[in-house]
Amino acid sequence: MGMTITEKIISAHSGLQEIRAGQFVYADVDICLGNDITAPIAIEQFERLGIDKIFNPDGVVLVPDHFTPNKDIKSAQNAKLLREFAQKHRIKNYFEVGRVGIEHALLPEKGIVVPGDLVIGADSHTCTYGAMGIFSTGVGSTDLAACYATGKVWLKVPETIKFVFNGKLNKWVSGKDLILYVIGDIGVDGAGYKAMEFSGPVITDLSMDDRLAMCNMAIEAGAKNGIIEPDDCTEKYIKDRAQREYKFYYSDADCEYLGIHEYDVSTLSPQVALPNLPENIRPVEDLSDIKIDQVVIGSCTNGRISDLRIAAKILKNKKIDPSVRLIVIPATQGVYLEALKEGLIEIFINAECVVSTPTCGPCLGGHMGILAEGERALSTTNRNFAGRMGHPKSEIYLCNPAVAAASAITGKITHPEYID
Amino acid sequence: MNGKCWKYGDNVNTDGIIPARYLNTTDVKELASHCMEDIDPEFVKKAGEGDIIVAGDNFGCGSSREHAPISIKAFGISCVIAKSFARIFFRNAINIGLPIFESEDAGAEISDGDEVKVDINSSKITNLTTNKEYSFTPFADEMKDIIQAGGLMEYIKANY
Repeated sequence: MGMTITEKIISAHSGLQEIRAGQFVYADVDICLGNDITAPIAIEQFERLGIDKIFNPDGVVLVPDHFTPNKDIKSAQNAKLLREFAQKHRIKNYFEVGRVGIEHALLPEKGIVVPGDLVIGADSHTCTYGAMGIFSTGVGSTDLAACYATGKVWLKVPETIKFVFNGKLNKWVSGKDLILYVIGDIGVDGAGYKAMEFSGPVITDLSMDDRLAMCNMAIEAGAKNGIIEPDDCTEKYIKDRAQREYKFYYSDADCEYLGIHEYDVSTLSPQVALPNLPENIRPVEDLSDIKIDQVVIGSCTNGRISDLRIAAKILKNKKIDPSVRLIVIPATQGVYLEALKEGLIEIFINAECVVSTPTCGPCLGGHMGILAEGERALSTTNRNFAGRMGHPKSEIYLCNPAVAAASAITGKITHPEYID
Repeated sequence: MNGKCWKYGDNVNTDGIIPARYLNTTDVKELASHCMEDIDPEFVKKAGEGDIIVAGDNFGCGSSREHAPISIKAFGISCVIAKSFARIFFRNAINIGLPIFESEDAGAEISDGDEVKVDINSSKITNLTTNKEYSFTPFADEMKDIIQAGGLMEYIKANY
């Protein structure tokens, strides 16, 4: 019996020749990540242990991205805690505000995480890096503190569900739509504690930005990790970025899957998740006359350069509806600079959007675009729980960047082909 | 453990348990004062020390914020019983020593206001109001080691 890619990576990090789903292991961690919300608790826990040294300064990454540039005094104190911890332990992968990006866009872009790695992050969307053939999963602050001390994480090896995508994608349909469609199909706990392995001809043709967006939302189906077997696209993406040696793992032909879902996505149109769960999926054309107050284009799901290019293509030489606020958030300083060079920022400003410095900001109701009571947002982010973006009685609809841009022009949820 | 139950539905998420507007602090007393605020704004006024939260499927879904189980534990809730738990919340609860019990039937049948007793040694949940008994899903041996140590940091102190 063969192993899945997920089993193989965990096996290679556990000193075991072979492992099986359900087995309990203490695995070696290549990279552990914390941010300005989760790392402060981890640092406090670690310091209470009374150990002088962290397991490996090069394996620790600190990204103050959630409430930065510091939104208030308490957030500034937390950011200071990260900064001082990084200095004390000589952590090179600490990112000050002028170098920062949203963690799950930043780590792939900088080649800090590489194929074959085992990565944990005290952030639920750490599953993003599976797009690069990495086992990566979200954990809590105590797991992170334990990893600072031991370099290890406790894991129950997950069973894998395979998702095969056949056909050819329509214009305006992206990786975001594929993952929203899957979550709509299986539900918000449809892959609870499991690995989601994405494959098929549609995935082969998908860009790395779109693959990252898909794996990013595996957690929204309750999964432990999302993963895509590495290929030419992975090699092309990583070869000039990798900060360490990398290794490609593949699922064996005779590995065991808990289930296989096959989809023909040739007729799929852009998908929208209605409040208050990411599983409440409708095709965009079914939604008429849903007026919106705010649009957000950004986040660890859809704030990469290809996302901004699609939005700019739609917004070029147009103005957004005066009743709408459109906030564009390039996910990293690198994405911001590239967007500037390509003239995208000028298009956004001429269209009367506001462009923010990289931050998670409004996605989790932190800052930079909080909703008032009764307001409705359309967002390229990943979660639409009641009140997540602000007032408990505010609403969030989730979509891809093309739908977000088109809808900002009309003031209501709109299919991009209507603008095109 | 013996307490009065507060019953909630499926998919109670960590944004609701402790909204992001309070994530700029790690002070456990402050986090406790906002426990369950966006799920049930009255919770901190009506619930008391030793009470039990009971819920449906996928309790604690969403964000990895440990602030969520911390706020529940610091408020004084003795344990959470649910049909199922989202995985990051599940490991966070074990890691910080917040007792959680998975039981399909108990999560479905226990009502708001019921008095419930949990006996870890006999793996039994007893609804004292209805006199019904339930079992809960046993923990893996490795998890029991962490639970018995009082949490992951205590386990590490003893074993590394």
